[in-house]
Amino acid sequence: MSFLSIDHMSKYFPSHSGNGTVCIFEDVTVKITKGEFVTVIGHSGCGKSTLLNIIAGLETPTEGGAILNGQEVTGPGLDRMVVFQSFALMPWMTVFENIALAVRSAYPTWSSQEIKAHVQKYITLVGLQGAETKKPTALSGGMKQRVGLARAFSIEPKVLLLDEPFAQIDALTRGVIQEELVQMWNATRNTVFMVTHDVDEAILLSDRIMLMTNGPSARIAEIVDVTIPRPRSRETIIEDEHYYKIRNHIIHFLVRHASHEHTDESGDDAKRSGPLEINFRDQAANTYEPAVSH
Amino acid sequence: MSIKQTQHPFFISIFFLGIFLFAWHIATISPPFDPTGKTDEELMVMEFNGDIMQTDDGQYVWNPEKEKVKGVPGPLTVMEKAWVELNEAFVIKGTNDHGIAFLVGYTVSRFAVGFLAASLVAILVGIILGLNQMLFRALNPFIQILKPISPLAWMPLLLYTVKDPKWTAILVVFMAAVWPTLATTAFGVNTLRKEYLQVAAILQLSWFKRLYKVILPGAAPTIVNGLRISFGSALVAVVPAEMLLGELGVGYLSWIEWNNLDIAGVIFAILVVGTVGVILDSGFNKLAGLVTYQE
Repeated sequence: MSFLSIDHMSKYFPSHSGNGTVCIFEDVTVKITKGEFVTVIGHSGCGKSTLLNIIAGLETPTEGGAILNGQEVTGPGLDRMVVFQSFALMPWMTVFENIALAVRSAYPTWSSQEIKAHVQKYITLVGLQGAETKKPTALSGGMKQRVGLARAFSIEPKVLLLDEPFAQIDALTRGVIQEELVQMWNATRNTVFMVTHDVDEAILLSDRIMLMTNGPSARIAEIVDVTIPRPRSRETIIEDEHYYKIRNHIIHFLVRHASHEHTDESGDDAKRSGPLEINFRDQAANTYEPAVSH
Repeated sequence: MSIKQTQHPFFISIFFLGIFLFAWHIATISPPFDPTGKTDEELMVMEFNGDIMQTDDGQYVWNPEKEKVKGVPGPLTVMEKAWVELNEAFVIKGTNDHGIAFLVGYTVSRFAVGFLAASLVAILVGIILGLNQMLFRALNPFIQILKPISPLAWMPLLLYTVKDPKWTAILVVFMAAVWPTLATTAFGVNTLRKEYLQVAAILQLSWFKRLYKVILPGAAPTIVNGLRISFGSALVAVVPAEMLLGELGVGYLSWIEWNNLDIAGVIFAILVVGTVGVILDSGFNKLAGLVTYQE
């Protein structure tokens, strides 16, 4: 029994012309086990953030649904915390207050002393000691997202939902925070569902990577098993024999699906049989071998 | 080329004030009475009319009492009037002759009651409309029609319905202050970053907590902008409301001095209105600074 399952989920939006609907993605079925780190990669606008928002309960699916721990997701809740691309820190609150707001909601029976200690623990975890009384405006993008991560981890949710969490952070800081996230995840082993378009980030962090085709009518075409042993770090990961195989596979997939006009020749087959499972450990697998032309 | 920033604008202000007062003074001096070319009969008629009077040594001069209502009074006359009024600031001479401190007090309290009531209503309704797009679009046409109506246009109707000039004046201030705050609050709440509300929803904040922890502080800068516009239009409305209703206050002072043909008093009343506005405005800005934040 999977911990979090997305079951035959489709999402339609009313089309801009007013009549009819546009299919964002259709028939997405994914099973995620407890403690797993799963990432969805796809081009902008393929509907991956919508998928994440539906799991968070912030949007509703048109068909199908998400089931967490045996219960259908019907709305937002403290068991699924989102880390937003835009950080979503309240600019009128200090770093401490931002995290305390979440902790107080998650543990309403705690005394203010307990809350303070808990908040302080997570501020220390992300290395923001000394910035407690600062407002988000006074922080760099990287520090803001550290607050966002601390806030998300502090309420100890069943599932962490990361919505392109490092997209607005400069490349150098991004790498540092990705490693910090690896360490935090190693310590907590939360179930994580992440959405990104950064291939290296996905490989570094994930157990499995789901590749989404372009919308409209996007679907999950392939699921890549990241067969690189943990613990991982940015330095050692590139030396793993599977790293470039996985990376090239994903990039070729994304390049193939770069244009909207592209019609996948295997599309109808994949729709019927579900996503292709890619695993580089058993080499006999039905992997896509890239042409060595560049 | 660097411009020296050390010079304080205060001195430039004083300089311009000096020039203005001097020009005002020069422009309002009337030349001394010159009797040459006038027959004794003409002089007698002028004296009889009160235009001129004879001093002890037989010379004719302008009648100082008539001077008061002839032309525009100079700065010295206004200062003299102000000195008298400020010395009697806390004196009540009669039913309609209260000292200037009382008049300011009446205007400020009338303004405060109307403005606060309007702000409260406008912010509450604005939040509801801001959160409910459908309701906002349904009511927006009414707001658009009501908003440009001068608050004074309501006065006869208000006077007729509430039958009390005190409350009418407060309601005029209310009508002046309610629309800008209402419109900007609805806008501020409506354009509040969606993520803030999503965080509030994930954290399962109660309706009340959502309101005062997220929505109100989030929309505060926009709401304050609306309040500032409301503040200005309410301040503009309170003076003519007092004039027309005959309610004691600084607007009334200006009108009663006009009825007395005391132009120096009118100018003094104008200056009082300005001063009251500055004091209220700076107080408001202090409060506004407490609730605004930077993105």
